[in-house]
Amino acid sequence: MGGRNMKLRIKFIKKGAVRFIGHLDVMRYFQKALRRAEIDVTYTAGFSPHQIMSFAAPLGVGIESNGEYMDIGVDSLPEAADNMTSCELLVRRLNAVGVRGLEAVEARVLPEDAGNAMASVAAAAYTVRFREGQERDIPQEAVDAFLSRERIPVTKETKRGVREIDLRPGIYEFTWQDGAFRMLLDASSAGNIKPSQVLEAFFAGRGQVLPENALRVVREDIYTVRSAPDRGSSSNQGNASDRECASDRESAPGAGAGRFIPLGEIGGVL
Amino acid sequence: MSERLALSDDILLKISKPERYIGNEVNAVTKDKNAVRVRFCMCFPDVYEIGMSHLGLQILYGMFNAMEDVWCERVFSPWTDLDALMRERKIPLFALESQDPVREFDFLGITIQYEMCYTNILQVLDLSGIPLEASRRGEDCPIVVGGGPCTYNPEPLADFFDLFYIGEGETQYRALIELYEECREQGLDRLEYLRRAAALPGIYVPRFYETAYNGDGTIKSFSPLEENIPPVVRKEIVRDMTDSYYPVRPVVPFIKVTQDRAVLEIQRGCIRGCRFCQAGQIYRPVRERDAETLKGYAKELLRNTGQEEISLSSLSSSDYSRLPELIDFLIEECGRRHTNISLPSLRIDAFSLDVMSKVQDVKKSSLTFAPEAGSQRLRNVINKGLTEEDILRGAAMAFAGGWNRVKLYFMLGLPTETEEDIRGIAELADRIAAVFYETVPKEKRTNGRVQIVASTSFFVPKPFTPFQWAAQCTGEEFLDKAYQTRNAISEQLNQRSIRYNWHEADASVMEGVLARGDRRLGRVIRSVYERGGFYDAWSEYYDNDRWLEAMAECGLSPDFYTHREREREEILPWDFIDCGVSREFLWREWEKARREETSENCRLKCQGCGAASFGCGICTAPRA
Repeated sequence: MGGRNMKLRIKFIKKGAVRFIGHLDVMRYFQKALRRAEIDVTYTAGFSPHQIMSFAAPLGVGIESNGEYMDIGVDSLPEAADNMTSCELLVRRLNAVGVRGLEAVEARVLPEDAGNAMASVAAAAYTVRFREGQERDIPQEAVDAFLSRERIPVTKETKRGVREIDLRPGIYEFTWQDGAFRMLLDASSAGNIKPSQVLEAFFAGRGQVLPENALRVVREDIYTVRSAPDRGSSSNQGNASDRECASDRESAPGAGAGRFIPLGEIGGVL
Repeated sequence: MSERLALSDDILLKISKPERYIGNEVNAVTKDKNAVRVRFCMCFPDVYEIGMSHLGLQILYGMFNAMEDVWCERVFSPWTDLDALMRERKIPLFALESQDPVREFDFLGITIQYEMCYTNILQVLDLSGIPLEASRRGEDCPIVVGGGPCTYNPEPLADFFDLFYIGEGETQYRALIELYEECREQGLDRLEYLRRAAALPGIYVPRFYETAYNGDGTIKSFSPLEENIPPVVRKEIVRDMTDSYYPVRPVVPFIKVTQDRAVLEIQRGCIRGCRFCQAGQIYRPVRERDAETLKGYAKELLRNTGQEEISLSSLSSSDYSRLPELIDFLIEECGRRHTNISLPSLRIDAFSLDVMSKVQDVKKSSLTFAPEAGSQRLRNVINKGLTEEDILRGAAMAFAGGWNRVKLYFMLGLPTETEEDIRGIAELADRIAAVFYETVPKEKRTNGRVQIVASTSFFVPKPFTPFQWAAQCTGEEFLDKAYQTRNAISEQLNQRSIRYNWHEADASVMEGVLARGDRRLGRVIRSVYERGGFYDAWSEYYDNDRWLEAMAECGLSPDFYTHREREREEILPWDFIDCGVSREFLWREWEKARREETSENCRLKCQGCGAASFGCGICTAPRA
């Protein structure tokens, strides 16, 4: 069913032992998984055909995630059956040949004009906890003081030397609650910042240096900028998101996030 | 799958490629350890990417796990970064699937594929907390089993193994495991188990044998110490390849490994009888797998692994009788699945060029010839049935078809080699280049010129070959030969089209020592390891001085093992093994080699090597 060259967005998680698999190997993993699942993926031509596939944002080794995304091209979808949609069947088939911890959550058909996953990334939400034995308490005043700073300059080592950047504009949300930091950070290609950078600056402001690997980071979801009024323009592909964005989701930060929408809420289910 | 990891996040984030140590790969097998009776840990003593490229490991892993009462897991040599951390923090080596310490297993099976991994075997034992010497292991230690081609001369490793399995793994492991379960039920100890195991076909338990030496260091006698221990151990062999176990659901690594593809083993053994080649003798007789069965395996492999590429595996694949039919099938099947076919090195002829042009980009791929020696005289000595006419004709056809890259493989230091033979390498490369310029008109030369890469390796005589009696060159002689080759190439008319690579000489000498070594080398291997040596197969970690010091310390000389031609009567350390090919046949071939006489291949005429005693394969097939 469906025409040729449909674009699908697949949301997946990365949890447990597989968190140590590097980004390129996750790509290789899904290339093989799609073959095992015999999904009708679109291939390029030539002697070494490869799958049309792109990932939203690389995830650092050792970090778990509840919301990763890859876009793939398919020539057709599995026939809907047993009260399951084609997209649900595709997810089920993919997970049947997969490993625990790298599991597809949902697949959606993207509208034709949707930007590719990587280019549209604007923000990412993280939960950060202290590892066992490293726990400590954070006073609310410290969080407030951190957020009230106008500039949070940090130095960043790049291939071309050391450069100063200001983290503050890229911190959209930053809270401490129930033993965890939750944050929504700029993840765009121009301004991407990492939760570890933010927390280093946070603790540095309190005169503290965290031991190496003291934190356990989970990426909760990846967001794009909500396109203003015409959310329904892609309705021919199914129902575009009518759920509210981050603010109504337990894992994502609340206020201030209204201008973002999870990558997984674009497109519709066939 | 186990979510508990043996290594902390702190360590895993510090080391290179943590994926080597976390298991959980597609098709890795997990069982309830309390529901199995025997836990077998399969080890390839090198880094994960090398070990996971090995078909033999996948065969045994799959075969063991198909047994309901056995759980087989994997372990590899930790890379040097993790090795240091494990020593520092006293972390025991663990198996990938359960992440449990190797020390807790019933068996540790180590596949021994090349001599320079011997120190890594000690690394694995040491990190596991298993005493290096078999005689010092207690009742709670795993039984350490060695297998693979190097066990055709297991003597340098005799101290470190409880038993060696000589030959193909598919046949006797079930008996070995049942005997283990039986002994455990009867409360028999380790020594009694080994004593009974020694009576099984193909099993060699070194502690039940004794070697005596002559004053000159040669072996005086080698004999069993007890009455019921067999004086000769005959290799095990799969008689019907089509009925044997095949791993159609191999483990698929997360990281890119050295051979990153699905593998189809089309036959075992080789009809050719090249006199330098150990594999060509020890895997005799050639046994083909049925083509229809292989087609089914190919489909299952691709479906179960999702691999982007499939390759054929065997010695001399061109000799597989139904190759065209099998390749036609693969081209169709792989085309449908957008899968690549990786061809083994085929003999270059019209057929192989046609196939190659269908599955590869001609402009990007290269032709491979392995003449092994530069002159026809020396090719006759080594019985390599490839003539200069074959090579030039094949090259001309290929150049006309658009290829412009050629790889040539040679060996230096072959028995009877002269300066003229070495010059022959340069001249052959030059003639191939000339053929290109004669065949391809100027306007059709893609990069202006042909690219010829000639590579030489240094010849290391191996047990169970006609050259097992031959003298090996010293390191200086090897290097001198490499310089002669380089100079000869620089004198050729087309020298700008020829590139030349050669291997390191020192490690080839030490490989020769270990290949034809005796039990006394156990102390040397141990001493090298204690001096910090392992990963000796990796040139960046190989330290020749460490080996020379260790040999001197043990009062042994490399020249004794390498630079000495053996007499017919000398007892060789591996004489107690019967690999099917008789000593008489090998000697006959050694004499023919020195007379520059060739022998026909098994398909044309039986040479009476002795492998017919297995009653299978080409030995029982009607000849063409």
